[in-house]
Amino acid sequence: MTATADPTRSFQGLILALQGFWAEQGCVVLQPYDMEVGAGTFHPATTLRSLGPKPWRAAYVQPSRRPKDGRYGENPNRLQHYYQFQAILKPSPPDLQDLYVRSLAAIGIDLSLHDIRFVEDDWESPTLGAWGLGWECWCDGMEVSQFTYFQQVAGLECAPVSGELTYGLERLAMYVQGVENVYDLNFNGRDGIERISYGDVFKQAEQEYSRFNFEYADTALLFQHFKDAEAEARHLLEAGEPEAEGEHHKLALPAYDQCIKASHLFNLLDARGVISVTERQSYIFRVRELAKACGAAWLRTAGGGAA
Amino acid sequence: MPDLLLELLSEEIPARMQAQAAADLQRLVTNALVDRGLTYEGAQCFATPRRLALHVVGLPARQPDTREERKGPRVGAPEAAVQGFLKSAGLASLAEAKVVADPKKGEFYVALLERPGRATPAVLAEVIPSIILAFPWPKSMRWGAGSDRPDALRWVRPLQSILCTFGADTEEPEIVPFSIGGIASGDTTRGHRFMAPGAFRVKRFEDYIASLHKAFVVLDVERRKSIISHDARDLAFAQGLDLVDDEALLDEVAGLVEWPVVLMGRFDESFLDIPPEVIRATIRANQKCFVARRLGEARLANRFLLTGNMVTPDEGATIIAGNERVVRARLSDAKFFWESDLKVKLEDRLPKLDSIVFHEKLGTQGERVKRVAALARKLAPIIGADPDKAERAAHLAKADLVSEMVGEFPELQGLMGRYYAAAQGEDASVAAAVEEHYKPQGPSDRVPVDPVSIAVALADKLDTLVGFWAIDEKPTGSKDPYALRRAALGVIRLVLESAVRLPLLERVFQHSAIFAGRATKQQFVKDVSPVYASTLLSEGEKQTVIGRQVGQVLKGEKEGKRQAFEEIAINLLAFFADRLKVYLRDKGARHDLIDAVFALPGQDDLLMVVRRVEALGRLLDTEDGKNLLAGHRRAANILRAEEKKDGAGAFEAAFDPALLDKEEEQVLAASLGRVQTDTTAALAREDFEGAMRAIATLRPAVDAFFDKVTVNAEDAGLRVNRLRLLNALRDTTLTVADFSKVGG
Repeated sequence: MTATADPTRSFQGLILALQGFWAEQGCVVLQPYDMEVGAGTFHPATTLRSLGPKPWRAAYVQPSRRPKDGRYGENPNRLQHYYQFQAILKPSPPDLQDLYVRSLAAIGIDLSLHDIRFVEDDWESPTLGAWGLGWECWCDGMEVSQFTYFQQVAGLECAPVSGELTYGLERLAMYVQGVENVYDLNFNGRDGIERISYGDVFKQAEQEYSRFNFEYADTALLFQHFKDAEAEARHLLEAGEPEAEGEHHKLALPAYDQCIKASHLFNLLDARGVISVTERQSYIFRVRELAKACGAAWLRTAGGGAA
Repeated sequence: MPDLLLELLSEEIPARMQAQAAADLQRLVTNALVDRGLTYEGAQCFATPRRLALHVVGLPARQPDTREERKGPRVGAPEAAVQGFLKSAGLASLAEAKVVADPKKGEFYVALLERPGRATPAVLAEVIPSIILAFPWPKSMRWGAGSDRPDALRWVRPLQSILCTFGADTEEPEIVPFSIGGIASGDTTRGHRFMAPGAFRVKRFEDYIASLHKAFVVLDVERRKSIISHDARDLAFAQGLDLVDDEALLDEVAGLVEWPVVLMGRFDESFLDIPPEVIRATIRANQKCFVARRLGEARLANRFLLTGNMVTPDEGATIIAGNERVVRARLSDAKFFWESDLKVKLEDRLPKLDSIVFHEKLGTQGERVKRVAALARKLAPIIGADPDKAERAAHLAKADLVSEMVGEFPELQGLMGRYYAAAQGEDASVAAAVEEHYKPQGPSDRVPVDPVSIAVALADKLDTLVGFWAIDEKPTGSKDPYALRRAALGVIRLVLESAVRLPLLERVFQHSAIFAGRATKQQFVKDVSPVYASTLLSEGEKQTVIGRQVGQVLKGEKEGKRQAFEEIAINLLAFFADRLKVYLRDKGARHDLIDAVFALPGQDDLLMVVRRVEALGRLLDTEDGKNLLAGHRRAANILRAEEKKDGAGAFEAAFDPALLDKEEEQVLAASLGRVQTDTTAALAREDFEGAMRAIATLRPAVDAFFDKVTVNAEDAGLRVNRLRLLNALRDTTLTVADFSKVGG
């Protein structure tokens, strides 16, 4: 194996190894969704595809934005933009835990030397109206993945249930590369002058976006964008309604995009500290209502299994 | 006699649910068996992170046969009745029924129902699936391909296999055959997920437990706990360290491993600058590891003990290194929180409390802090605390709730406040009170001794209690979401153990007025705001105008609601009386006399109530006391009977000394006068023993009176006068306690 492809030598090698592993399990390997999201779960390949009866398997990297976690590039572990690797299998196969453990072996974790544990951690996303039961997966005391059996998404029962695996890529890479600071990660697996680190790629972005998230984002504009996204979602949901019995909803995916937008705008407003504790609940509620409506619309499309 | 062995292997069961689940499995299965006539000699249940197991010993091979006679209609009854009988008894025709003659009712049919007992495995195959289907997990889930069916099997996490065998020691056990959610029962299981993942066959319990052990699974949680506890202690001791005990952590960790392997890791000495409680909380909450002290020292060592689930060729070196990395990162975070918290003064955090809702109807933490600070100041003189310090401590007491550290580790509330208060140079008593105002947290928690701490602790708890009473959110039955019973117990312990004289009624009355004011103000502002919204007044002017009006409304209200506040005070006092009984009972003291003391007017000083109860208890332990109580009962019974004839209150007037015609009457009358004077004087000195001693001297006079005097004399005048004398006796005893409330 070249250093570039070695999951223990480069960040991209880790991604390639996970993609290869899950491709072998019949997953479609997708690219990141081209919108700002807080977690890989927001990708319609997970949120919407986990609804309805159709079997589905996908794996992808998703850049995830958590405006509040920005630390101006000063914290060795915290980032406002980081990568999640997501695998979703519907219905959840009986050997999913085993597959997960084998995926760790595929990225260079020797299972005879490490202590892998499944520790209770039930997952809930109030903005997506979603919850599931599962674990945080520990490797030698470190949480490296989240493992969830979705029970509900967008307020709808999952039938059948999907299994979702989310790997925190930076943390895993730091572990397998033996690095203490995320910015020291080797990104491309080269040495010397050819070496490009995670810091080379992202440090400046962390600094600039931290400024934006905490100081410069125009809150009046953000509030307006939130309202616009919400209104557009409502408009699309209504406009896409089938005209006759037996027809499909025509705009479930574009409507869901607006829901994603609203969710991210809420996160930005939250980071700017302009949403009070009581208002917070009502914003979460508004996004959830959009997610629910989009989920319901999706079930009336071909992808959602409608006849 | 044959045994049942049942194992349900699943994906990882949350540690906190394991023990209850194992107990539920045992209870549900054994109850179902007994209900079906299958008694057993013994049963044992087990849980690991991946399995629930049950062993039932000494079951019969089959159910006993049963015989039942079912009575039918009389001979010659209408056809419909006969058909109904045949159907319900499962008979083909009346020829299968007996005819029984009854001398009164004549002849009627009887069906003889004989049910042969079924083989135990058949019963088990029916019972166990239904128990699995309806298992009482606190949270359960669906999974996999079958999960789209409405009747899909639910379990805590996906169920993987079921082992279920039945048989005697001497023979090959049989599989109890059933299938549920696509899983067929069998006689195989698996070992440790990584060290022995293969399936193996199991015959019976001894074989099961031994095979599991070979496959790196310690089935019994007590055994796992003892391994962890011993190994951790030994490892620590070898390094000259003393393990910091943590039962709750031990329970949790034992539920996270099937094969415990204790390892020791270290962290940088420089982290020891962080308070030890923070280090412990960090390592415990995030890493589920134990910490250790240097032998004979209070401070922590830079070591931690982790419990792995693996035996590795490098003897755990990789696992230790990995855990050390995480502990390092966590402690770095904690150090960052600690250092950045120290940069902000506690009072500068207070504005944030204004946006934290304590309870929807009771307002924010900020409002609460103001109330508690004012109350602490008022209470301080009673306790001998400096009012300024008490107010200051209360003012700062909740500020750490919005510190980074408490945000991360809520269990450190109070303690962090104390550290931060001390660091910013607050008075030692103030800093201590910031931590101790939460105390005592329960019956075994320490009661603070510093008067400042006591004042703030009392104020905090009273504010909580009065607040929830004012909005009518009292504990009911087993529901006490705001831990109000604990708060009341806290007040009781603070008052009694620190000998604090606190007249509760007045305090509660005053404090409830504050809450009523709050509700009124809110409603008023809500009502008038729309009126002012359209005016041209500036925001500041609006506030002033509204504020003035609110003031007037409140003034009127305080008078108008007087009765409501009094009711709250009386009701809350009754709650205290109740809690006091529980407290005294738990201490093994006499609690049955509390009602006798609380029945007297104005008893709202818990310390005095308890002292009086104690004195009364001692009186009633003496011969004089017992006889006096008997005499009092006799007097009360007579009075009750005679009042029925003459009307209530008929004998309340003073007796006429001139009509005391027998010597015993005169002696009793004289004693009453003397005793009344003596008890009143003693009570004025709060000398309850003295009051009880004085009342006890009534005994000979009372005994002699009942011995020699006929109360219901022929002469009506004498009768009424004697009844009035008895009434005076009753009144006299009432100065020390209401004897009619004494039980036994």
